[in-house]
Amino acid sequence: MSVPILEVRDLVKRYPAVTAVDGLSFQVPPGMCFGLLGPNGAGKTTTMEIMEGILAPSSGTVSYRGEPLGERFREEAGILFQATALQHFLTVRQSLALFRGLYTRGRDIDELLRLCSLEALAGRDNRKLSGGQRQRLLLAIALVNDPTVLFLDEPTTGLDPQARRNFWELVRAVKAQGKTIVLTTHYMDEAEMLCDEIAIVDHGRIVAQGEPRRLLREHFAAVLLELPRAAFPPAARTLPLQLLETDERIEITTDDLDATLRTLIGAGVPLASLRMRPPNLEDLFLELTGHELRA
Amino acid sequence: MIRRLLAVWHARNLEFLRDRGSLLFTLVLPLSIILGIGFIFGGPSRPLFTVGVLGGPATLAHNRFAHTRYLRFLPVASRQAGLRAVRHDHIALLLAPGPPLRFWVNTHSPKGYIVEQLLRAADPGAVRLPVSGRQIRYVDWLFPGILAMNMMFSCLFGVGYVVLRYRQSGFLKRLHATPLTAFEFLSAQVLSRLGIILLITAILYTVVGAMIHFHDAGNLALLLLIAVLGAFAMIALGLTVSARLASEELVNGLLNLLTWPMVMLSGAWFSLAGAPGWLRWIADALPLTQLLHAARAVMLYGAGLGAIAPNLIYLAVVTLVFLGIGAASFKWRI
Repeated sequence: MSVPILEVRDLVKRYPAVTAVDGLSFQVPPGMCFGLLGPNGAGKTTTMEIMEGILAPSSGTVSYRGEPLGERFREEAGILFQATALQHFLTVRQSLALFRGLYTRGRDIDELLRLCSLEALAGRDNRKLSGGQRQRLLLAIALVNDPTVLFLDEPTTGLDPQARRNFWELVRAVKAQGKTIVLTTHYMDEAEMLCDEIAIVDHGRIVAQGEPRRLLREHFAAVLLELPRAAFPPAARTLPLQLLETDERIEITTDDLDATLRTLIGAGVPLASLRMRPPNLEDLFLELTGHELRA
Repeated sequence: MIRRLLAVWHARNLEFLRDRGSLLFTLVLPLSIILGIGFIFGGPSRPLFTVGVLGGPATLAHNRFAHTRYLRFLPVASRQAGLRAVRHDHIALLLAPGPPLRFWVNTHSPKGYIVEQLLRAADPGAVRLPVSGRQIRYVDWLFPGILAMNMMFSCLFGVGYVVLRYRQSGFLKRLHATPLTAFEFLSAQVLSRLGIILLITAILYTVVGAMIHFHDAGNLALLLLIAVLGAFAMIALGLTVSARLASEELVNGLLNLLTWPMVMLSGAWFSLAGAPGWLRWIADALPLTQLLHAARAVMLYGAGLGAIAPNLIYLAVVTLVFLGIGAASFKWRI
């Protein structure tokens, strides 16, 4: 087996009032897009910042290519924080040039502008960019040293759907170049779209880890049925079905659709609002933690 | 509308009151300035002008002029020292006991003029003697002080505030994720501000100097060395203040706490000749005093490197100490 690019071992980060990371261990092989999933406050960003070498853990280790994080890691890592401020009064090109100057090797600025669709904005003040444009600039900055490993901390939070989709395309293009990516997100569609492997984190611990489809197969039967809570008679809750209640709906997972439908009809449950869909990571999270991801 | 206003008002009050450092400085700073100024310049019989007396004030005991209120009479060791003080406008008059009473006055000095009128009213027979050599106008004496103060404000606030803003906005955190070291970052800030302030000072020196017909008696290269060391010391001080703090109001308070005593005590506006020894001791410890002493010595009196070496060494030591403290305590993030 090849040496992992990143290895996190028994990572713990304690603050006076809370343990943000509580014994995380995982490995990220070269070329993989590894996703850390979890709700706000789960410990994703803390884990990420320890992995990026800018936050010291209370205990545990992070190694890069089998060595502790050091000068080589700083040269070869690209980072996009959840919220990154830039120096004022600099254009897009000047912002890139500033960061390019901090690394011994890297990419040509024009090439980065092209890659991140920023050519038309090269002369614009970085404070006058839209949310999506700014994220593209921050991605370009993260790529300025032609990194081996790229950290993306909730890169599309706050972007509109179109900007998110554009950003995903960029990340896929970067991934296609063989870069290793570590991504945190609380968007399940983002993780499904981009990640080869995910670790679901809750209260600072990994509750499940693996390839997204494999995890779904392991935890769910083929079909998931949804009914509005209001349309579900209280008496029907005692039916011999695998039910999960949320604030607004009842979810039924089943591997025998015909039998389940017969049971529901027999119990007088109105099926006019019934929705049927394959389970996704959101359902998996709910299943594993008992609470919703975006709570 | 009132409800919204009150909500914002309440939140802002909480923010201010919970920022203990800022709260403390909001109280401590004006209090210390008022008490300090009151102590230094207050008192019921605070003298307004200083008069030097050859042979000591006792020799004037029978002259009416010696009883003029609000004048301070200081003993002067020699005529040479006394004349230098007159030329440099450090004392309003130099008196030699008579009869007839003789006096020397700097004809460019407003305070010299006023005290001369007082003397003539008290002793019409007093004889004025000529002061040889170049006499320094108040504006000449003030000019280095203005340049030095501008340098101090620019370096302290220019560096202190910028580093604070970078930290508050998270820009420092982003830089921390690159191979950039704290030493490299701080050095870049120091060099950037140094270049800017030297350029600004050179422009002011040239333009204002020409406007007031300032005659520089010293060596320009030496003046540049003083400016570089002085700016370094002020920048180092600014970096130390902002090395790890994240509160804008606290940094503002601290910077004011540093700049105000320097403005008042460095001798930028008025000479501290005649001030109590302990006050001069405090004043001498301030980097601006050392910078100004060296600058005036060169600009006004054409002093050489040897004469100002102690000031330069002091500034260099201050720079190293504060840069050391600043670099050791530097924090990239809030």
